[in-house]
Amino acid sequence: MIHTTVGQLGHFFVILSFVTALVATAAYFISALGLGRSLQAEAVEEPQLAYAGEANFGNKKAKHSAKSVAKAAMPPARDDWRSLARWAFYLHGLAVVGVAASLFYIIFNHYFEYHYAWSHSSKALPVQYMIACFWESQEGSFLLWLFWNALLGAILIQKAGTKWEAPMMAIFALVQAFLASMILGVVFGDSFKIGSSPFLLLSEAMPEAPIFAADPNFVPKDGKGLNPLLQNYWMVIHPPTLFLGFALTLVPFAYCIAGLWRNQPLEWIRPALPWTLFGAMILGIGIMMGGYWAYETLNFGGYWNWDPVENAVYVPWLVMVAALHTMLIAKRSSTGLKTAIILSISTFLLILYATFLTRSGILGNASVHSFTDLGLSGQLLIYLLVFVALSVLLAARKWKQIPSDAEEASVYTKEFWVFIGATVLCLASFQVIATTSIPVYNKILEAFGKISNLALPADQIAHYNKFQVWFFVVIAIITGIGQFMWWRKIEGKKFEALITPGILTLLISAALIAFGEMKNPVYMALLVASVFALMTNGTILLGVIRGNYRLSGGAIAHIGMALMLIGVLYSAGFSKVISINNTGLLISKQDEFTKNDNKENKENTLLWLNQPEKMGPYQLTYRGQRIEARDMPGYISRNDVEVIEGDFHGIALRDLEQNGKLYHKKGDTLALYPENTYYEVEYREPNGQIFNLYPRAQVNERMGLLASPDIRHKADRDMYTFVSSVPDPTAENKWEKTETYSVAIKDTFFLNDYVAILDDVARTNEVDGVEIGASDAAVRARVRVLDKNGEHILNPAFVIKDRMVAHPAEMSDELGVRIQLNEIDPRTGKFTFAVNRTQRDYIVMKALEKPLINLLWIGTLVVVLGFLIATIRRYREFSKMKGKLEA
Amino acid sequence: MPESIPPANQLTKMKISHIIGIIIIAVAIGVIASTAGDASVYTTFTKAEQMKKDGDDKMIHVVGKVQKDAQGRITDMLYNPAIDPNHFEFTLIDNENRAQKVVFNSPKPQDFERSEQIVIIGAMQDDHFQCNKILLKCPSKYQDGKLETTEHEAKTAQL
Repeated sequence: MIHTTVGQLGHFFVILSFVTALVATAAYFISALGLGRSLQAEAVEEPQLAYAGEANFGNKKAKHSAKSVAKAAMPPARDDWRSLARWAFYLHGLAVVGVAASLFYIIFNHYFEYHYAWSHSSKALPVQYMIACFWESQEGSFLLWLFWNALLGAILIQKAGTKWEAPMMAIFALVQAFLASMILGVVFGDSFKIGSSPFLLLSEAMPEAPIFAADPNFVPKDGKGLNPLLQNYWMVIHPPTLFLGFALTLVPFAYCIAGLWRNQPLEWIRPALPWTLFGAMILGIGIMMGGYWAYETLNFGGYWNWDPVENAVYVPWLVMVAALHTMLIAKRSSTGLKTAIILSISTFLLILYATFLTRSGILGNASVHSFTDLGLSGQLLIYLLVFVALSVLLAARKWKQIPSDAEEASVYTKEFWVFIGATVLCLASFQVIATTSIPVYNKILEAFGKISNLALPADQIAHYNKFQVWFFVVIAIITGIGQFMWWRKIEGKKFEALITPGILTLLISAALIAFGEMKNPVYMALLVASVFALMTNGTILLGVIRGNYRLSGGAIAHIGMALMLIGVLYSAGFSKVISINNTGLLISKQDEFTKNDNKENKENTLLWLNQPEKMGPYQLTYRGQRIEARDMPGYISRNDVEVIEGDFHGIALRDLEQNGKLYHKKGDTLALYPENTYYEVEYREPNGQIFNLYPRAQVNERMGLLASPDIRHKADRDMYTFVSSVPDPTAENKWEKTETYSVAIKDTFFLNDYVAILDDVARTNEVDGVEIGASDAAVRARVRVLDKNGEHILNPAFVIKDRMVAHPAEMSDELGVRIQLNEIDPRTGKFTFAVNRTQRDYIVMKALEKPLINLLWIGTLVVVLGFLIATIRRYREFSKMKGKLEA
Repeated sequence: MPESIPPANQLTKMKISHIIGIIIIAVAIGVIASTAGDASVYTTFTKAEQMKKDGDDKMIHVVGKVQKDAQGRITDMLYNPAIDPNHFEFTLIDNENRAQKVVFNSPKPQDFERSEQIVIIGAMQDDHFQCNKILLKCPSKYQDGKLETTEHEAKTAQL
């Protein structure tokens, strides 16, 4: 049965959200214009709120007269347009919630007649990941963005106050109209399409599919399921966090545009500042969550790959951080103010550019994880260009109203250092975006009829790092000097206060360099700069915290950044491959094996089942394939269950217990995660301690085999292991054709390339699965197989039961051998064995050590704490100021 | 304080802003130059060979298809992890229909067989193309006509 109602309802909500956004835009616009006229006469300036009351450096040439602020407070005239706009926006918010609810209803109830449910979910999908289905596709992530914007808009209607509401919300509503249009899914004529609807029925999404010609009411039994890489708790929280960050960049942008619009180019900064801080914090968390997900789930061996998609959010984040720094100095420096305006606008525009890059398909084969093209590139481009045009025109028109400084800031002011810091951040972001945009240059040149075949740098990591490292060396040093300036530790134009932390830095860095045997001068520079940032910001923190801990946000955030830099330096710079493979060099004498420059590529090693290998300080053994049951902790052996084809259930082939508790009896049906196979690798440390890692490979119809690492977290380092090649876990075991050997006792023969010795054949009373009665007879051979690490004993049996002969096979996974005792010839004393060989189970794996990576995560948390403290402080200041203004 | 600044000092300050401006412009030019210098190109084996002859060892992108026989099986592919897990070779046919042996010093990408189109990044070496990175485009079973890209890299990330 096809459930059409919920889809129609959802589509109705989409249209409603689009229309209400348009209505809100228009109504707020008219309301703002009316407001603008009544205000133009009295340009307002807030009283100068000195930062901690120091001397006035910037000496501004203010064009406008300072008027009493109280006068500027809104006349409480009724504004019908505003009421209309408010209701339209609230209704819009409800419609967005309605869209999300309809979509979730479809996914949750497994209505696979809908394309969205069918292509992103399945019956086997656990409920928590149904949420992740939501944003696997473009439509869902637009929806998420819409939702956050609507929520923030509703908060701002309440909190921003009457004078900001109309112009700001006009921007908000316009953004919402654009976003809603992306999921509108309205087709005009034959080909002109606006947006891509998430409520398409399967038959509408793929009308050519032959099944619909045969049966128009066909409903698939199950969905295709969620990409297994996204079935991870980080993927449940990373996208919402990131999109909240995206949404938060709109707040300072809207304040800034409203400020320019209302001819108040300075006044928007105070209310926007806490939002900017909060936004930079959330966006930063979102980015790092993505990094942590990549570290845990993808197997490129790190958390950051300079992939265009990563760069696309890294760039706006850097600019946003630069923007908030310039906002701090905007009151005293008009250079700072102008930069703050430019950067706040740029942050939002860069988010739009990032959206365009990742969703238009322009990156094509440049990136692994950009969304597939939904044909929205034109719409996305219009969205981007409209806001670029609007903000550039507005800023250009109002530029003259921004006051300028009488003289530029001296080197001995905080304004100077903060400005330089922001400049370096912008240069760093410029470097990344200049390279990431290479596919865009090709497209632009193509538009002019030229053929361009530029490609991204072959070694992207080296390309970005060679600049970013130096930018961050400078940034780390500037945070130190800047903080000393900010808290006026440097008096009388002498940098003497920096001598003590400077000496400490040199001592500590020298010790670290000497003990760590650091030889690379780039690493040394980054280390010294980071330690300097730690020492200087630490000194400031100690001073500030004694006074008022609420002011400590900046110092704490900078300390966190320094810790992150040290974490990055050690975990990436001193990452060590443990799984160096030497066997290739020994086995092959070919040139390419022996050449020196290939040495570094020999980083994957082969482990046969149960054959220990020495690697670095560890002894590694591959212990076999494992599978996860949904209701049991830990892993169970893949051989202990039989997975039911096309289902996520399996049958236990023996009693399954874990930690002494029996979970399933033999023959029980149990729920599994059958797409995941884990490869148990045992690590034996030099001191004899043993731990196991379970790197994973997933079989995915869409993507083939996907490998994910397993990580052992230790305080000072992570052990990172993944399989780079495995025999296909879904393939049936193929036995080669039978070979027979007739041997006498104590004879030697070759068994799958091993030397085997028939030691003995003896009578036995125990054979698995056969009851030996009084009239029956059974014997067991003892075949000793020698391999590199010792011996294996195989005991094939020969049974005569009720005058019937049985010869149960004996198998060894380690040797890849199945052996049966087929005949006993008493006359010659020879025993005939039937032997089948198969591919021995193995993994090709790579193991890395990542020292001090925990410093990166700790540093991230410290940065977040710093941002949080600063956000609260600036919000309190803003509230107090607002109270004063209204009083 | 601002009133007491002598003109000479003002002059040096003017210089500072100019110096900063010049430094910014210099860094920006450096960034652009390095982007242009590091940018790779999409090209063909013949061009790659020519570059090698000219002593240009820059890494380049080659787009092509894996050599297959009439039955659609891949031919001339070698990966034997038991001998060397870090040696994978195959034959790629580029857009000018030139077949070329390619060596990848890493394990064979798992979904290699399914790939429709392949981008390899590397440089020519004597008789073969030594590649450092493979981008695979596999046909997506459900999204008709659309390709999905996966990335495989031989080297580890280095700071």
